[in-house]
Amino acid sequence: MTADSDLLIIGGGQAAGELAAALRSRDWGGSIAIVGEEDHVPYTRPPLSKAYLRGEVEAADLYLRRPDFYDRHGIAVSAGVAVADVDLEAQTVTLDDGRVRTWRKLVFATGGRPRRLPDSILRSAPNVHYIRTLADVDRLKAVRTDGASFVVVGGGYVGLEIASVLRSLDAQVTLVEAAVRLLGRVTSPVVSEFFRRLHRDRGVDVRVGTAVVEYQYSDAGNVIGAVLSDGSRIAVDQLLVGIGMVPNDELAARAGIDVDGGILVDRFCRTSANDVFAVGDVAKVTDLDGEPPRRLESMPNAVSHARVLADYLSGVEQPAVDPPWFWSDQYDIKLQSAGLVVPDDELVIRGNPDERRFSVLYLRDGVVTAVDAIGSRADYAAARKLIAQRVLVDAGIAADPGRRLLEAALASAGTTD
Amino acid sequence: MPEVTFTQPSGERITVSADVGRSLMKVAVENLVPGIVGECGGDLSCATCHVFVDVPWVAKLPPMTAEEEQMLDVTAEEPTAASRLCCQITLTEDLDGLSLHVPETQR
Ligand SMILES: Cc1cc2nc3c(=O)[nH]c(=O)nc-3n(C[C@H](O)[C@H](O)[C@H](O)COP(=O)(O)OP(=O)(O)OC[C@H]3O[C@@H](n4cnc5c(N)ncnc54)[C@H](O)[C@@H]3O)c2cc1C
Ligand code: FES
Repeated sequence: MTADSDLLIIGGGQAAGELAAALRSRDWGGSIAIVGEEDHVPYTRPPLSKAYLRGEVEAADLYLRRPDFYDRHGIAVSAGVAVADVDLEAQTVTLDDGRVRTWRKLVFATGGRPRRLPDSILRSAPNVHYIRTLADVDRLKAVRTDGASFVVVGGGYVGLEIASVLRSLDAQVTLVEAAVRLLGRVTSPVVSEFFRRLHRDRGVDVRVGTAVVEYQYSDAGNVIGAVLSDGSRIAVDQLLVGIGMVPNDELAARAGIDVDGGILVDRFCRTSANDVFAVGDVAKVTDLDGEPPRRLESMPNAVSHARVLADYLSGVEQPAVDPPWFWSDQYDIKLQSAGLVVPDDELVIRGNPDERRFSVLYLRDGVVTAVDAIGSRADYAAARKLIAQRVLVDAGIAADPGRRLLEAALASAGTTD
Repeated sequence: MPEVTFTQPSGERITVSADVGRSLMKVAVENLVPGIVGECGGDLSCATCHVFVDVPWVAKLPPMTAEEEQMLDVTAEEPTAASRLCCQITLTEDLDGLSLHVPETQR
């Protein structure tokens, strides 16, 4: 029996688009179909909270590749259609319009959706915004900003980036973070404090260690006020919620595939079911040489999974080797990070946060394992090399901002393996 | 439409034509030119769009920003005086015939 597609990808985001292209660039000859719920060919999300929200680029600029690319390379994209059901036995998917499609290999590239405030706390008010898709940002862009009072709930990267854009559009911004510091899960206190001060200096009312305890509504159902745990009340014109992402793994779970806060995969992106794979934000990698399983939410991670799986399907077994990396733009500040920060790491600070140009190296047993570089691409670049090569450095020498990081590190270096 | 040639380490020449106003990185990935990755989408964060510009063209390209120069430090293959990150080069009519070499590796 011939299947409708040799490879069917569920989801049409970054991971899906990169996977299809990576397969074609490896001359993978089977038929490829992408079924995506959003009304767009695959696009890149990072600019949504940056240049796109600022109005500097258009939707078409976010497309990974132009719409005609997919036709030219024999990739059938169905946009605006969701997969409602998966049958592993029959090797079919049922679409939300009732059609059934057969496949030989199946990839979940379903990403995630914003974590919502519980409905008991917050009704779906018209002036509440969650930010994940182009449609979400278009809705936010239609709102008047100058002088309006925005409350941003959640001090992660997306919330902070949006706060910075809103300030440049003359909005009044209050940012509420329940944890004691911003970016608490992903970076060190030094970097958290840097961003708290940066936002405060640009006029954001930053409230850390503070939660919203009650929302107040108008008769029309809009949120008009937020009562905070410190007892204060803030008037709300628009409420933005950025409290994290939930992986879209339910479809896979229903089909009988192993999930646990994400679809479980090995280093080749294989799930517990034969010929079924998962990539990108939804995939949780379990075999990491003794490290705990992890699911990352970043574009480089999505691209890397796409590459690993394309290699695997083309008969080359090459697990990912690059350390994870990430970046964020807030005001005129660029943060670049690589590696994963662990609470007990030793910190080496190069440069001075007050000058808005510094970097933090994270060492474990003397080996550089992560970096956060602010306004310092040179340190970021050097640290990425040190992390990849597991270089042992002397903390004192590496901290000397008078020496270039790579030279300083090599002056004290040894490699662990 | 201007034409650009990407020469592979194997010596294979891949010539593509593209609209002005696109970055060379986008042009390359849309034409599946091997060896141009463009992992960060042109944000100067990845250095996986490294190219060696053929000598006659080096001086005809717009100069590098300090940021591009710093990111050249992180390329997988050792940069030379002819190295550029091609996401920073926008295609113009003047660049018709531009010729570049793709490095062995980008990571
Ligand atoms: C505002 C914002 C800013 C960001 N900034 C950065 C940044 O600066 N740097 C960085 O590295 N990362 C950033 N990220 C994260 C990055 O965008 C994600 O890691 C990346 O998009 C993951 O790609 P993906 O393909 O796995 O998932 P997604 O991009 O979420 O794509 C999944 C797609 O699948 C679709 N889908 C889900 N279920 C179904 C179904 N049943 N049927 C059909 N389609 C379905 C969804 O609608 C969606 O379109 C940002 C994210 C956001 C939201
Ligand atoms: S595409 Fe990432 S630096 Fe050029």
